[in-house]
Amino acid sequence: MPEQPADTLREQAIAADAAATGLPVDAGLEVPIAAAEAGTEGVFKKRLGIGAWVAIAWLGLLLLLMVFAPLLPTPGPRERVSGLAFQQPLCSASDCISGHPLGGDTIGRDMTARLVYGARNSLFIGVGAVVVGFLIGGFLGLVAGYYRGRLESYIVGFLDVLLSVPALILALSLAIFLQERVQEIVGSNEMAGRLTLTFALGIVAIPSIGRITRANTLVWAQREFVTAARAQGAKDSRIMFREVLPNVVPAMAAIALLALAVLIIAEAALSILGAGITPPAPTWGNIIVEGFDYLTNGRAPHIVFEASGAIFLTVLAINYLGDAIRERFDVREARL
Amino acid sequence: MSPRRQRKSVTADERFPSAPLDGPLLEVADVKTHFKTARGLVRAVDGVSFSLERGRTLGIVGESGSGKTVLSRSIMGLLPKRNVIREGSVRFEDREISDLSPHEMRQIWGSQMGMVFQDPMTSLNPVMRVGKQITESLLHHLDISKSYADELALALLSSVGIPEPQRRLREYPHQLSGGMRQRVMIAIALACGPKLLFADEPTTALDVTVQAQILDLLQTQQRERFMAMILVTHDLGVVAGRADEIAVMYAGKVVEKAPASVLFTDMKMPYTEALLQSIPKISDKSHTRLRVIGGRPPSLIDPPAGCRFAARCPYVQDKCLDEEPPLLPGSTPGHEFRCWFPVGTPEGRAALERNRAAGIAPPAYEPVIGDGATAPASTTSGGTV
Repeated sequence: MPEQPADTLREQAIAADAAATGLPVDAGLEVPIAAAEAGTEGVFKKRLGIGAWVAIAWLGLLLLLMVFAPLLPTPGPRERVSGLAFQQPLCSASDCISGHPLGGDTIGRDMTARLVYGARNSLFIGVGAVVVGFLIGGFLGLVAGYYRGRLESYIVGFLDVLLSVPALILALSLAIFLQERVQEIVGSNEMAGRLTLTFALGIVAIPSIGRITRANTLVWAQREFVTAARAQGAKDSRIMFREVLPNVVPAMAAIALLALAVLIIAEAALSILGAGITPPAPTWGNIIVEGFDYLTNGRAPHIVFEASGAIFLTVLAINYLGDAIRERFDVREARL
Repeated sequence: MSPRRQRKSVTADERFPSAPLDGPLLEVADVKTHFKTARGLVRAVDGVSFSLERGRTLGIVGESGSGKTVLSRSIMGLLPKRNVIREGSVRFEDREISDLSPHEMRQIWGSQMGMVFQDPMTSLNPVMRVGKQITESLLHHLDISKSYADELALALLSSVGIPEPQRRLREYPHQLSGGMRQRVMIAIALACGPKLLFADEPTTALDVTVQAQILDLLQTQQRERFMAMILVTHDLGVVAGRADEIAVMYAGKVVEKAPASVLFTDMKMPYTEALLQSIPKISDKSHTRLRVIGGRPPSLIDPPAGCRFAARCPYVQDKCLDEEPPLLPGSTPGHEFRCWFPVGTPEGRAALERNRAAGIAPPAYEPVIGDGATAPASTTSGGTV
């Protein structure tokens, strides 16, 4: 390269920079610095992109609606409003009853209330099942990964057996098997349905969470700080729960969020197969079931669309958040 | 606070009622540690014996894979049980500890023996605050209150030379530099006042400028606490001037053991000599080729029949290939070595001359202590690096 004064090179670079950023050349020198500063400052802000914030906003809104459902200016989810049946959403015609923006269902119940109370059931089941899977699967995975040996082969074998049964069939048979028994104990139909599905889907969630936990425990338990903790006289239980677990939790949380998304869909699937919470108590799954005939004959497609839309948005938001969390976790791992 | 401290000393006495103050602190006799692997039994440590007095320092030196780290972990009982065969006797304060269960060892770990690990990047828990990592073992071993443990942790951090200890206590390991982390590691290991500290290559992962600081820190702490220390390293320069006694390990065995001053002036084992020569000297001309020990350590699965260093030794004779030399005492008390043709003796010199005449001395390694026929350090012609 022919010798060129450093100044000219720099000026060229600045000019190119200014051209790219659309800023005047005078500001050239400040631009890269400002950009670099924004870059370092935004390391964490950049991680949570707009998508993640939209996801958080949707989930937050949903949570608010669920918690304050009784305060909503809608009729109850089982209350029939005469003339509301089959009313389309956002109906502005003169014969429409106002105050029901999402329309009515096949027998005149308010869709907003159905969806919000359905969310209560669907998400209770989804979150509950993940918690069950997280606790049982997480514990099994942690113990297997930490102690190794024969105990590990038993646990891994058990998880493999659970995995080898198709998840939906396992959940379906568990749900049908448990439904009546739980109902006898609990009494309330709706609560029995919730608990049954939570438990059935929780068992389905155990192997995937268990495996991830075990795999990560295997890695972390070999780190030097675990030996260091042992060399300081720490008990196995303390090492497992205080030293290893906090390092494994991010991976567990990421997979648990993904599992939550799958379980919300699984709840709907079970409803469609007739093993869910039985109407009139709403869940997103059985709203779809009820509206299904009127989707195909075109009389009230909004019932199915609204419920599946809610599932779609929620699952998307949860998946997106799960990914965001996993990404952050990976970054932290790389920095070590 | 003071009644608590009294209770602490009572419990320590209860745990070790008959701790005698005379006699060696640690006696290791014929310790063997073998690993069962798919390819066969790996004899990582194959019959090591030594004893260590209170307040003294033993340096264990050897190249990678010579069994130094395994030996220290084996003595401390930190190796996993599965696929590991441990034999031999380890007596700590006149009490056999090699057959104790992990549960019983837990009383010794931390409070009687501590360990500083090689890599401070991985030996601290990344998700736990530094202060917490120190107080955890304090609270576990000593019967003290949380606030007193916090005070102790603060005092420990400042005693290992960490500036702004108050702030550091609340930080996470990734916020500290490598040297700082190793200081924290040392503070953790020293927290419960162990009588014996294993320092397993404590400076290998650190910047050269920090190495001396950390070693000095270990030495001052050791002196202040009258603590015995086993300093494991691959660098003879590290133990020089810091260890009272040095054991050189090769392929799972101690090949030479001597008081530090004797080892450096009157080494008998060609391996020790080779190790010493592999340290570059500041007086060498620039671009002097580093002297390496040619070849590799032997397989520990199927070790050679004779002397394990024979294949790389410039003094090697037929006898070395067939018969394994025993650990024999040298002229100075405390000096022991394994060699049929020791460095600096008439036999050794004769062996070296024979090899030279036959042209079988390993090219990369030129012994200096010999007969004046020593070749000057070869220099590279160009400025290639």
